[in-house]
Amino acid sequence: MVLTGCGNAWNDPYPAAESGQNILYSAFVNRPKHFDPVQSYSEDEATFLYQIYEPPLQYHYLKRPYVLIPGAAAQMPTLSRYDKRGDLLSDDAIAADVAYTVYEIKVRPGVLYQPHPAFAKDQDGRPAYVPMPAAMLEAATTIPDFPLTGTRELIAEDFVYQLKRLAHPRLHSPIFELMRGYIRGLSGLHAALSSAAEKAGPEAWLDLDQFALDGVEVVDRYTYRIRVEGTYPQLSYWMTMPFFAPVPREVDRFYAQPGMAEKNLTLDWWPVGTGPYMLIETDPNARMVLARNPNYRGETYPCEADAEDVAAGMVADCGKAIPFIDRAVFSREKEGIPYWNKFLQGYYDASGVSSDNFDQAVQMGGEGEVGLSEVMRAQGIELNTSVSPTVMYLGFNMLDPVVGGASEAARKLRLALSIAIDEEEFISVFLNGRGSPAMHPVPPGIFGHEPGEAGINPMVYDWVNGAPVRKSVDVARKLLAEAGYPGGRDAKTGAPLVVHLDTTSSGMGQKSYVNWLTKQLRKIDLQLVVRDSDWNRLQDKLRKGNAQMFFLGWNADYPDPENFYFLLYGPQGRVATQGENASNYQNAEFDRLFEAMKVMPNGPERLSIIRKMNRILQHDAPWIWGFHQKAFVLQHGWLKNRKPGAIVRNTLKYQRIDTAQRSEKRLAWNRPVIWPLALMAGLLVLMVWPMVRRYRQHERQTVSVTDVAGG
Amino acid sequence: MIGHGFETVVLWTDACFFLLIAACVVGGLHAWRRPHLRRSWARVGERPVGMAAIVVLLVFLLIGILDSLHFRAALPPTAGQTETIYATEVTSVLDVVMHRQRTDVERTYSAPLATHAFVKEAIELPDGGQRRDFPRLVHGGAHLADAAQDHRADIVSRLALGAAVGVGLSLLAAACLSVFNGGIKRLMRGETQLAWRSAWLTWSVVAVVAGMLVSLAQGYHVFGTDKVGQDVFYLTLKSVRTALMIGTLTTLVTLPLAIALGILAGYFGGWVDDVIQYLYTVLNSIPGVLLIAAAVLMMQVFIENHPDWFATAAERSDARLLALCFILGVTSWTGLCRLLRGETLKLRELEYVQAARAFGVPTVRILLRHVLPNLMHIVIIALVMDFSGLVLAEAVLSYVGIGVDPNMASFGTLINAARMELARDPMVWWSLAAAFVFMFVLVLAANLLADVVRDAFDPRAG
Amino acid sequence: MWAYLVRRLMYALPILMGVNLLTFALFFVVNTPDDMARMQLGVKRVTPEAIERWKVERGYDKPLFFNEGAEDGEQLTDTVFFDKSLRMFVFDFGAADDGRDIAREIQQRMGPSLAIALPTFVLGLFVTVSFALMLVFFRATPLDFWGVVLCVAMMSISSLFYIIGGQWLISKVWHLVPISGYGGGLDAPRFLALPVMLGVIGGIGSSTRWYRTIFLEEISRDYVRTARAKGVSELTVLFRHVLKNAMIPILTGVVVVIPLLFMGSLIIESFFGIPGLGSYTIDAIQAQDFSVVRAMVFIGSVLYIVGLILTDLSYTLVDPRVRFE
Repeated sequence: MVLTGCGNAWNDPYPAAESGQNILYSAFVNRPKHFDPVQSYSEDEATFLYQIYEPPLQYHYLKRPYVLIPGAAAQMPTLSRYDKRGDLLSDDAIAADVAYTVYEIKVRPGVLYQPHPAFAKDQDGRPAYVPMPAAMLEAATTIPDFPLTGTRELIAEDFVYQLKRLAHPRLHSPIFELMRGYIRGLSGLHAALSSAAEKAGPEAWLDLDQFALDGVEVVDRYTYRIRVEGTYPQLSYWMTMPFFAPVPREVDRFYAQPGMAEKNLTLDWWPVGTGPYMLIETDPNARMVLARNPNYRGETYPCEADAEDVAAGMVADCGKAIPFIDRAVFSREKEGIPYWNKFLQGYYDASGVSSDNFDQAVQMGGEGEVGLSEVMRAQGIELNTSVSPTVMYLGFNMLDPVVGGASEAARKLRLALSIAIDEEEFISVFLNGRGSPAMHPVPPGIFGHEPGEAGINPMVYDWVNGAPVRKSVDVARKLLAEAGYPGGRDAKTGAPLVVHLDTTSSGMGQKSYVNWLTKQLRKIDLQLVVRDSDWNRLQDKLRKGNAQMFFLGWNADYPDPENFYFLLYGPQGRVATQGENASNYQNAEFDRLFEAMKVMPNGPERLSIIRKMNRILQHDAPWIWGFHQKAFVLQHGWLKNRKPGAIVRNTLKYQRIDTAQRSEKRLAWNRPVIWPLALMAGLLVLMVWPMVRRYRQHERQTVSVTDVAGG
Repeated sequence: MIGHGFETVVLWTDACFFLLIAACVVGGLHAWRRPHLRRSWARVGERPVGMAAIVVLLVFLLIGILDSLHFRAALPPTAGQTETIYATEVTSVLDVVMHRQRTDVERTYSAPLATHAFVKEAIELPDGGQRRDFPRLVHGGAHLADAAQDHRADIVSRLALGAAVGVGLSLLAAACLSVFNGGIKRLMRGETQLAWRSAWLTWSVVAVVAGMLVSLAQGYHVFGTDKVGQDVFYLTLKSVRTALMIGTLTTLVTLPLAIALGILAGYFGGWVDDVIQYLYTVLNSIPGVLLIAAAVLMMQVFIENHPDWFATAAERSDARLLALCFILGVTSWTGLCRLLRGETLKLRELEYVQAARAFGVPTVRILLRHVLPNLMHIVIIALVMDFSGLVLAEAVLSYVGIGVDPNMASFGTLINAARMELARDPMVWWSLAAAFVFMFVLVLAANLLADVVRDAFDPRAG
Repeated sequence: MWAYLVRRLMYALPILMGVNLLTFALFFVVNTPDDMARMQLGVKRVTPEAIERWKVERGYDKPLFFNEGAEDGEQLTDTVFFDKSLRMFVFDFGAADDGRDIAREIQQRMGPSLAIALPTFVLGLFVTVSFALMLVFFRATPLDFWGVVLCVAMMSISSLFYIIGGQWLISKVWHLVPISGYGGGLDAPRFLALPVMLGVIGGIGSSTRWYRTIFLEEISRDYVRTARAKGVSELTVLFRHVLKNAMIPILTGVVVVIPLLFMGSLIIESFFGIPGLGSYTIDAIQAQDFSVVRAMVFIGSVLYIVGLILTDLSYTLVDPRVRFE
C-alpha cells in the first residue's frame, strides 16, 4: 500500500515518466502494413494515417448524415461540366450530356509540413540529406535520429505529385484501376512509368515531375484542377482519403536514396504530412506513437451538432483550438482478454473502432438500450454507438443450378431461406443486439435508407403494430413447397435438399455460428453443409462461381448509396469480370437504374429510383439481407468528445483527456493485493521448514549410526 | 430418430480406431500366451494406481466407442419416392443416447443447472407491456411448476437418485469381483493379486458421479449451455472421441515408420543408416507448428478440390481429423525411431543374433524373431507416454487455429470458443471449467498409466 | 576436434537443403503465388492486373521448380525455388512479401524473444533440478510420493489453462503485474515476471519427473554407495556425485534446446503481446507471408543443427572420457 503512494500502480504497463501527461492510450489488434498514402486502404492503417495526412476534404465531425467540409483545401472544390465539344454546361444539364468534369481545388496558403529531414537544408541552402551522407545513413535507424529537420509550405504541386504516384508501377495503388477509368491520362502515365522503371532498374528513383498527367493541371501555386471523364460525383468522397493527400517531391526523393529501404526508412513506414499529428515511433509489432505536429495549421473545435450531441456535452469545447492531446500511444494487443482487462483497469482510454474483442462484454437491448453492467457504470465507463456503414450478407451464387438463376422456383427457394434465417436472433445472440437487420443493401445514415414501413422488405417482413415482423416459418415452408421442395425434399425424387454454405474458418465462435445456421435451416427441414476453408480458397471459389451460398461483408468507402448498390451491378460480376458483385447477380432493369442513380445528386428523384431498385432486389433476393453492424465505442469518463462513426477517421484531434481524473482512477482501481504474496512466502516456509528439520534428523541419524559402528 | 431404418456409416477414423482396438485385442491375446509379457502386464495390474487409471480410461474409451458407431438415419418416406433416402447428417450412438442433450437447445447462455437464462431479455407481459428479466429456459428445469421454490429440492432428489443408482452399480461390481477373487473379504482387504480393490473404488466413484450427472441431465443442462444454447455436457462428451482419436490414431502413423526405419537404420548401418538419419534430422529441424500448419492447410485445399469425395460435413471434418493425426504422426515418429535405432545397434551385437547371422538365417526372420520382440517394451512405453502429449497438443493446435475442423467438438475448440467468455461480466466460466475437468481427468489417467507401464516394462527399472 | 566441427557443418548443408525443399513444396501446394498476391494486396478492389504486377515484381511469376521455356542450364536456375532459396545460405533473407526487410525485423524481435525464453529456461532448469533433487533426497517417503503426484497432476493441465488462469488471477484479480505488453530496460521485469513464471510452472511437472528418474538411476550405482559408506554426507553425495554424473543425460535433452530459445514461444508471446519471433512466425503463417515463413524455418533448422553440435561439444566438457574421432 505504501508503494502505491509513489505514483504508479504495480500493473501500470507504461513507463513511470509518462504518468500524468496529456497522452491518449489506445490499442491496435492487426499490424498496419502500409503507411504510404497511395497504398494504404485498411482500417488498421487509417487509425494512424488520417491523423498524419490532411487530404483536401474531410467530414464534419459531428453532423449526421455525413457532411463534407474543406480540409487542406481553402474551400469546397468548384465543379464545372463540359459537353463533347468542350463547352461549359449549365448546372441543370442532365448527366448524359456531360463529356467531362473539371474540379478546381484551391489549397490553403501558409500550411506547413511537419518537421522532417527531407526538408532539412545545410548552411548553403542545399538539401542536407540528399545525397545522403554515408555516416548519417549508418547512424540513423529511425527518422527522429536525423538531427536536422526542416519544413516547407504546402503547394498545389504536392497534390498533383501524389496523383501521379497513383500510376506508379511499383506502388500498386489499390484504387489505380478504378481511377484510370475517370482521370484522363492515368493509364498513359502508368505505361510510360512502367517502361521507364524497367529501363532504370529496380532500385532507381523515378522523378515523376518528368512525366505528364493529362487530366491534372497545376493552375498556380495554390490551385490545381482534376479532369474527370463523364461525371463522377463520388470523387469528392475520395478526396477525403489519403489517396488524394499531398506528397512533396523532396520527400519522395529523400526516401528513394539507396540504402534507405533496407533500414525501413521509407514513406511506407514513416509518413510525412501536414495533419495535426506526426509519427515519432513506429514499431508495428508493439507500439506506435503519434505526437502533435508543431507546424499544424490550427483548427477549432466544431460548434454545430444534433440536439442529442449537444445534450451529451459534445460541443462544450466549441471554438477551442484543436488538437487537445499531445501524444497518442497505441500498443499492439493481439489477444482479447488482455485488451479487455487493460481497458477495465484504466490503461486504455477507449476501445478501438473495430474491436470485436469487446463484443462479449457489452450487451444491448432491442432499441439501443445500453447494457453495461452495474460495475462498469459505477466505474464511469460510457458506451457510444452508431450504425456503421457496413452490410453483412449471405449471398447466393446466381450461377448455381439450385439456388441461382432467374427461374421462379429458385427465387422462391431463396426467399424461403431469407425468411427462415432469423437475422434478429442472430443479432441478439452473436452481436449482443448491436446491429440492425438489413432490408436492402443500404445501411441507416446513408441516403436511400428509409425508416418505417416504406423501408421494410415486404418479401420477408410484415408491418405489424408499427414494427417490422419477420414472416412466419409456415410462409417459408409454403414457398419451399412452391419451389418444388415440399418438406425439404425434392418433389420428384424425394431426395433431401442440401444447401452448401462456404465460409472461412477464421474468427471466433465460428463453430457456434455454423451450429446456429444449421438450426435455422432445420426449421424448414433443409440440411446445411458448411464448407469451411481459408480466405483464399473462398475467393477462388467465388471467382470460379463454384460457391452456392457465402457469407460476406462490405465496409463502405464513402457514405453514398452507389458504394453499396455497385455490389449487385451486373458488369461488376465476379465470374465474368472479377468485379465486386460476388453473387453474379444480373438484372438489366436494375443495371439501368443503377447507372442513372449513380450520377444523380441526392434528392427525391434519386430516392424514387433507389426505391425501384430496392423492389427489384427484394423480389429477386440475390442476397439474404443480413444486418448492419452498430459501431460502438467504450470509453472512460475522462475521455471527452469521442464520437463513433466509421466514416470519419481523423478523430484524434477532437478528443480531450482529463488527466488528473485518469491518474486518480487508475490508482484507485489497481491497488495491488499483497496478501497472496505473503501467503505464498508463508507456504514456502511451511514447506521448507519440515524438510530442513527432517534433513537435520537424517544427518544426526547417520552420524549416530556411524558412531555406533565405530564404537 | 431411427424409426425409419438407418444406414451404417464407417468414417475413416472409425475404421482406423476399430482396427486399432482389434490390434490391441490380438496383441493382448498374444501377450496372454507369452509368460514374460503376461508378467509385465500383471505388474501393471498389481499397482493400485495402474488399475484405477485403466478403469477411468476404459470409461473414456466406452464413450469414444459409442461416439464412433456412426449411421445415417433414413428420412420418412414421401410420395413418389422409389428408394430409401438417408439424412445427410451423420449421427453416432452417443448422439442417440444423448438425444435429449443434443436437441434441447436453448437460445443462448445458461448457467449449470439453471432454470432461467443467463442474460436478461425483454419479456412480453400478458397485458402487452414489456419487462426486462431473465426468461425461463425452454428445456432446462422446464418440468418445474414453480422454479424458485422447487429447484433446490428437485436437484437434491435427483442427486440422491443418481447416487443411489451409482451405489447400486458399485455393489454389483463388488459382488462380481468377489466371485472371481475368492470372497468379499479378500477383495476389501486388498489381498487379491491384481489391485481389484482400487479398480472397484475407482469404479464406484465413477459410477456415483456418472449416476448423478445422468440423473440431473434428464431435467437440466448439467454444465450449462454455450453461446448458441447447446448443452456443454454433450459437447464435452463429444470432445472425448476427438481426443482419443488424436491420441491413438497418430500411433498408426508413428509406429510403422518408427519401427521399420529405426530397425533398418540400426541393423544395417552404412548408407541406409545415413539416409534414415538424414530424413529424421530434416524433419526434426523444421519447427513442428509450421509443418502442421502447412499440412492442415494442404488438406483443406484437397477437400475443396474434391467435394464429391466428402458428401457430408462429418466426412469433411473426419478427413481433416485424420490428416491432423497423420501429420502429427509424421512429426513425432523421429524420437521413437532414434531410440529404436540405438537399441537395435546394441541388439545386433548380441551373441544370439550374431550366431543366427552366422547360421545364415534370413535377415527378415532375424529381425522379426530376435530384434523386434526385444524392442516391444520400448514401443509400448512410447505409445502410452505419447498419448497424453498428443491430447494436450490438440488443444493448443486447435486454439491456434490449425487443429481439427472448427465444426468438430474437441477440447481445443471448446477452449477457443470459451476464452473470451471469461471477459464477460458476469463471467461465463462453465464451458472452460467443463473442458478443464474432463481433459484433466483424461490426461491424468493416461499419465498415471504411462508411469505404471514404464515401471513394469522397463528392464532397468527391475 | 576442428575436423569434427567442419565435418558436422558440411553434413548440415544437405539437411538445410532438404528443409528448404520441403518447406517450399509444402507451402506452394497450399498457396499459389496468386493467393499470396491477394493476401498482400488486401480485400477491396483487387484486379487481375494488380495481381500480375505484384507477382512480376516479387519474382513469383516464374515456374516453381522447372522452367520448360528456358535454356538448358536455366531450366533449373530460372525458377522461383532457385531464386528464393539460394540467397538463404548466406543469410540474406531479403524483404518480406509486405515489402519489409526480414533481417532487420528478426534483429528487432530477437531481444524480446530472448528476454522471455532465457529466464524461463534458466529459472526452469534451476527450479526443476532442485525440486527433483529434493524428491530424490526424500525418496521412498510420503513427500516423494506426493511430489510425484503433484508433478503428474501439473503435467496433465494444458498450458492454455495455466496462461488463462495466471492472467486472470495475478493480473486481473490481484493487480500485481501488467496483464500483457513489453517494455525494455528497467520496466522489463514487471512485464516478464508473469510469462516467465507461467512458463516455468508449465514445465515443472514433466521436467522434474524426468530429472528425478535420472537421479534415481544414478543414485543406485555402486560408487554412490561407496561414497556413502565412507561417511560422505547425503547432500554432498547428491551434489558432488549424483548431479555431476547425471549431467550427460541432462545435457542431451537440454543443450539442443538452447539455440532454439531464439525462436521464442508461440503461445506465450501472443498471449502476452510480446513482439518476439514467436508471434512473428504466427503472424506470418496467418498472413501467408512465405518469405518470412521460409526464413523462420531456415533459421530454426540452423539453430537445431547448432544445438546438436553444441550437445556433442558439451559432452567433452562434462566428461573428459568422451573424445571426437
